[in-house]
Amino acid sequence: MIPAPFAYARPSTIDEALQAVASGGEDVKILAGGQSLIPVMRLRLAAPETVVDLTRVAELRGVREEGDAIVVGAMTTHSDVLSDPLIARYAPLIAEATETVADRQVRHRGTFGGALAHADPAGDLPAVALALDAEFVVAGLEGRRTVPAADFFVDYLTTALQEGELLVEIRIPKREGWGMHYEKFNRVAQAWSIVAVAAAVRMEGGRIAEARIGLTNMGPTPLRASAVEEALTGAEATGEAIAAAAEHAADGTTPSSDLNAQADYRQHLAQVLTRRAVTAAAGL
Amino acid sequence: MTLVEEPTTADAVPEKEIGKARRRKEDARLITGRTTWTDNMVLPGMLHMAFVRSPVAHGKITQIDVSAAQQAPGVIAVFTGRDVADEQGSLPCAWPVTPDMVNPGHPSIAVDEVNHVGEAVAVIVARSKVAAQDAVELVDVDYDVLPVVLDMEEAVKADAHLCHDHTSSNTSYHFVFDAGDAGTGADTEQAFADAEVVVSRRFVQQRLIPAFMEPRSVVVQPQGDNYTLWSSTQIPHILRVMLAMVTGVPEHKLRVIAPDVGGGFGGKITPTPEEVVTLLVARRLGKPIKWTETRSESLMTAHHGRDQIQYIDVAADREGNVKGLRVRLLADMGAYLRLITPGIPALGAFMFPGIYKFPAYRFECDGVFTNKVPTDAYRGAGRPEATFAIERIMDELADELGMDPLEVRKKNWINAEEFPFTTVAGLQYDSGDYEKATQDALDLLGYDELRAEQKRRRESNDPLQLGIGFSTFTEMCGLAPSRVLGSLSFGAGGWESASIRMLPTGKVEVVTGSTPHGQGHETAWSQLVADHLGVPFEDVEVLHGDTAISSKGLDTYGSRSLVVGGTAVVKAAEKVVAKARRIAAHLLEASEDDLEFSGGKFSVRGTPGTGLGIQEIALAIFAAHDYPEGIEPSIDAEATFDPENFSFPHGTHLCAMEVDTETGFVKIRKYACVDDVGTIVNPLIVEGQVHGGLAQGIAQALYEEAVYDADGNLTTGTFVDYLVPAASDLPHFDTGNTVHTAPSNPIGAKGVGEAGCIASTPAVVNAAIDAVRHLGVSDIRMPLTPERVWRAIHEGGDGGDRASARTNAQAADSSDAPSTAGGLQ
Ligand SMILES: Cc1cc2nc3c(=O)[nH]c(=O)nc-3n(C[C@H](O)[C@H](O)[C@H](O)COP(=O)(O)OP(=O)(O)OC[C@H]3O[C@@H](n4cnc5c(N)ncnc54)[C@H](O)[C@@H]3O)c2cc1C
Repeated sequence: MIPAPFAYARPSTIDEALQAVASGGEDVKILAGGQSLIPVMRLRLAAPETVVDLTRVAELRGVREEGDAIVVGAMTTHSDVLSDPLIARYAPLIAEATETVADRQVRHRGTFGGALAHADPAGDLPAVALALDAEFVVAGLEGRRTVPAADFFVDYLTTALQEGELLVEIRIPKREGWGMHYEKFNRVAQAWSIVAVAAAVRMEGGRIAEARIGLTNMGPTPLRASAVEEALTGAEATGEAIAAAAEHAADGTTPSSDLNAQADYRQHLAQVLTRRAVTAAAGL
Repeated sequence: MTLVEEPTTADAVPEKEIGKARRRKEDARLITGRTTWTDNMVLPGMLHMAFVRSPVAHGKITQIDVSAAQQAPGVIAVFTGRDVADEQGSLPCAWPVTPDMVNPGHPSIAVDEVNHVGEAVAVIVARSKVAAQDAVELVDVDYDVLPVVLDMEEAVKADAHLCHDHTSSNTSYHFVFDAGDAGTGADTEQAFADAEVVVSRRFVQQRLIPAFMEPRSVVVQPQGDNYTLWSSTQIPHILRVMLAMVTGVPEHKLRVIAPDVGGGFGGKITPTPEEVVTLLVARRLGKPIKWTETRSESLMTAHHGRDQIQYIDVAADREGNVKGLRVRLLADMGAYLRLITPGIPALGAFMFPGIYKFPAYRFECDGVFTNKVPTDAYRGAGRPEATFAIERIMDELADELGMDPLEVRKKNWINAEEFPFTTVAGLQYDSGDYEKATQDALDLLGYDELRAEQKRRRESNDPLQLGIGFSTFTEMCGLAPSRVLGSLSFGAGGWESASIRMLPTGKVEVVTGSTPHGQGHETAWSQLVADHLGVPFEDVEVLHGDTAISSKGLDTYGSRSLVVGGTAVVKAAEKVVAKARRIAAHLLEASEDDLEFSGGKFSVRGTPGTGLGIQEIALAIFAAHDYPEGIEPSIDAEATFDPENFSFPHGTHLCAMEVDTETGFVKIRKYACVDDVGTIVNPLIVEGQVHGGLAQGIAQALYEEAVYDADGNLTTGTFVDYLVPAASDLPHFDTGNTVHTAPSNPIGAKGVGEAGCIASTPAVVNAAIDAVRHLGVSDIRMPLTPERVWRAIHEGGDGGDRASARTNAQAADSSDAPSTAGGLQ
């Protein structure tokens, strides 16, 4: 379909972008890769007055090192992420999940920040950001603030971003040497996750010293499987111990029912996929 | 773009073209898009249309307010159904399968009542596509919502709500074929009464969306009282006749052009409401008009396919010899009858017995109206449904008898020496060897190894189970025999026409009435002509799709093009040679009888060096300075071909399937098939057709399903939810061929366009069930979503999908009995 008419701004700095958003009228939409926004506009489910396109804001793109974290610019595309050496070294989970996102064309345009700001519960990157304890740097006209991942995802398609604010960058603690795996379950290769599990574990000897588990599409927001994390902490890295811990994967979740899966099936999948994700992350 | 292929020199006898794996000459332009698709057409002063479509599935239109839309910038006109009620007639249905079939009529724009979501209620005409689209939202329509009819088993009950209030029930027709009555078989009821074993099942053929790549598009240009209509259609010739009949624009004042068309799969086989409306609006306004659908519009409003509930019973003795087959169908027509909507199940009616020697057979079908978009042809049209049912129930019979599914098939199939074989449905199967195709397919698959692995996995209770599924199929295609189509009350014949024009420079124009929409006609026809006229492949141009150029034709569907249209080309070429022979004899001063024609040259037998090429003759007859008395100065020719019989491709398809019993995820490990499509003109095109067919057949088994919610909204309205698999979701295909030529056409070819799609679906489902049957699974409804597979494994049976409930056997003693059950008792 064809979107309803809208005004268009294409700033080249963050400050210009914030100004453009502030002066864009009632309903302003920020355009990153457009892979989620444009379809919604074409179906006329969204009809913003102004679209502020961030593609020319160079300072929002790229990955850098900053002390014990890596910092990913919101406009870094999925394909940039896939070839980035810092991500490969310190947060390979992000690359692994990104590789499962859609197809090449979508990954070439879609951005890391856009995927997180969109906060689709079936999106693959929110659960990864949550599992890795990412921090979200948000800019507004009054300045910047940092929001931990646990507070960033508020509800279905809703984040802590306030009107007029921009997601600028995402800080991810370095986790060199951790085992990581993203286990995605979908029906065709280019489809969204029915359920997926992001796992990161730190091994010490034959034991799991620490574990971070993020769940995709098990509720309106990405979730941490804290009961599994607890059960894994200090556990022996054996198939049995992991399987026992994974049984808690769906504890406290209220996943939705849709064409692809009823809630009880999603809960079952979460357990199976958690077991597989942790097993792979632990290198078993 | 150059293809690395050997040029043929003028003198050498050209290498035989038939059988050569030529790359398709049309592909460079089709793939790069450097061609004319309908939506590329831009005409001076052209206006654009957008439709206002109903958001309710069933309701009376109480009021339409178009005033705001009329005032919108760029809008030229707004028309409602009432505005065109006197001109729009009813969209045609050409297949009244029974004399008393109920056709409720099909307005192009709804006038009083809407019957499915997406039905057009008004059309905006504006200076730009955007302006038209913007104004759609300004039209205000009030509906009195009526109860929605969606479930066929509910719809046929006596107290069901009606889809159309001017009909007395939701049943359009009741079609029966009874082999006993037809004299082609024994009494079916008796066969069942005497049977030692009866197996009954209820299978669901889900609704599918053809999902062609190029969305539909129509452009109409009025010139005085003449109209040229371009459309992304499979059927320009049929469309011209039908539009003339519906709109009253005389046939000779209407030219229809299907330029290059990006796929159809049956989805562009019917005159559409949008084509009628574009023509009507162009006539009203006297301006060129364009309409191009969006993808969402396409999925929601272009016709759908399949959608049957099949109740099937097989009778056999304990040794596994089949004794009788009984089939009852509910076939979803959707809200209206399109061109061949009612005929789709009838096309399948004769194929349920498959390759087996059933002594008795009875088929009944109810065409049922529901408040959904109409169904019509989709790749295979009736035959995939039949093949699925028979190939699934043969497995169920084998299970019941504790026999190997292949053994049961072997026991009952037609043997190679029995061809031609007249089946219990009265069809004469032409040629083949089921045993050989099966053996070849088993070898290709590596059957024994996989069976051994399956055993290991079962014994170790592996979470990953393996299964092997068979489909030993045949199908009837090459839609022709005009007399047979007539006997089935089909509204047209099935002949095909071709003409050949020999140009002065020796180049050849071939005009075909079989309009391609991606199949590769230009290449295959060139190969045929190159061999028959002995001219270089490159010297042949194939013209099609424009009723002013190709005046006669019946277009492309039902795997008919090569076997009927290709044969017409061959016949025309033979006439060209015959006409050229007389000229050659004259010019060579020899008797016609002394001439031989080979490699494009006439030469006098026993006199070396006397040759005269057919391309030289073309120039000579163009000059016409010297030709025999009493004949016309032309070697051009035209031919129409109407075969005596269908052709019956067959083959064995084998699928090895992995089932992850923990998640229900199914993955094809290996797929092998051996198809017999008679003579192969171009192995690359055959391979391509098989691959594409397999992709669509596998997609029905595993991925695709058009789902409506309780209010009649299509919930799979985008490709996010309607899962069309990509190459990455499909396995490597191991394909092979046996060749038993078709006696019904001189090429010896059988159709290949639908074979892969018809054969593969049951092989895939049988494979999945074979993997988990030992876990208590009896059936899994298509598509085999992971969740359905998982539920079947964990709950047993069919996972709660009612597959074996409400069968014919059950209907006998159930108050829930579907309405036609009485006829079977
Ligand atoms: C066919 C297809 C398949 C897909 N499959 C998957 C999949 O399997 N898994 C998956 O995770 N995703 C999938 N996606 C989505 C893809 O990852 C998108 O790229 C992503 O969801 C949105 O990123 P974007 O850069 O395109 O953002 P846009 O579409 O431009 O924006 C998305 C939303 O975020 C807001 N936004 C964007 N950037 C900012 C910012 N810097 N500050 C504040 N707000 C911002 C926008 O206003 C908008 O509301 C798919 C998309 C398509 C088209």
